[in-house]
Amino acid sequence: MIIAGGGKVGWNLARELMSKDHEVTLIEARRDRYLVIEAELEHAVQYGDATELWVLERAGIQRADLVIAVTGDDEDNMLVCQVAKEKYLCDRIIARVNNPRNYQHFKLLGIQPAVSATDLILRLIEHEVPRYGLVHLLALEEERLEIIELEVPGDSPVAGRRVADIDLPDGSLIISVLRAGGGFVPKPDTVIQAGDEVLLVLDPGLEESITTSFAAPVQRARG
Amino acid sequence: MFVLIVGAGRVGSAVAKTALTKGYTVSVLDEDPLSHERLDAGQQESWEDAGGQFTVGTALELEALIAAGIDQADVFIASTDGDNTNLIIAQIARRQFGVDRVIARVMDPARASWYSEQGLHTISPTQHAIDLFDRAIDATTV
Repeated sequence: MIIAGGGKVGWNLARELMSKDHEVTLIEARRDRYLVIEAELEHAVQYGDATELWVLERAGIQRADLVIAVTGDDEDNMLVCQVAKEKYLCDRIIARVNNPRNYQHFKLLGIQPAVSATDLILRLIEHEVPRYGLVHLLALEEERLEIIELEVPGDSPVAGRRVADIDLPDGSLIISVLRAGGGFVPKPDTVIQAGDEVLLVLDPGLEESITTSFAAPVQRARG
Repeated sequence: MFVLIVGAGRVGSAVAKTALTKGYTVSVLDEDPLSHERLDAGQQESWEDAGGQFTVGTALELEALIAAGIDQADVFIASTDGDNTNLIIAQIARRQFGVDRVIARVMDPARASWYSEQGLHTISPTQHAIDLFDRAIDATTV
């Protein structure tokens, strides 16, 4: 595995992966930072600019199973992943998105998965404080599916109804119910209760109609 | 013909001025408002009076590219001081906005050469300098 960028993310990733017995090479471009990391990781860290092809080759990119680009610069992360995938035919890449607005560029260049810490934290915040009563858990971009979580309020039209009787739009399915600290996969005759958290898988774009079928009219803030 | 130049450093601003003199429509995008001075330097009239367009903005921001007129651009020149920035925005210009002619300045000959094999038009000043030095050495008879 090659990790480009020895910031907090890169260094900690390297340490974790090494403790799981993976062969890791971390590349760090700043000399002072490199020396600090080298004191701990020794030969597992190399000094250089990971967007230079010879630096990647020296780190062994030709035989890397996974390339992770986590520098603080989105252009650099895109470039490292693009050459890893297209020039060195590395099967698996992971890119860090520093500025969530750049996510679209990663997508345009086919660099997936692209992980944004800001987005992850936002998801967590939404999970704790659901503004819309709906939490995006996972978007399966390739498969064009989304998994969302929804809390059933007391005055929800679906509270007290059997799953089979809930009028859901085509392209959506209840896959799991979280209740009283546990979770289960519902059957058609499972009765949904107020306070349940319901996981649904759906085609993109159905969030609006799902919210209306589940939630009692709530004020929706528009982002 | 509409030429959009991103990055008004020494190269970008000089190319912009020449293109404007040749009668092309020229728009320049740079994140530094001061780089506008390079466009005015040594000219009779200001860049805008001469018919040029200048937008302050970051190359990766789509709003900035659109404000600078990328939708109408026939030629896109990526000449910021970052090789990787140039390579990425050149691909955005081509793939997302379908600009016909896209040219990226890439200092590193290795990256320039690989991306040019992938069909991207790259210009590597470093490679040109190397070639010129090689030729100068060859031309020197002792």
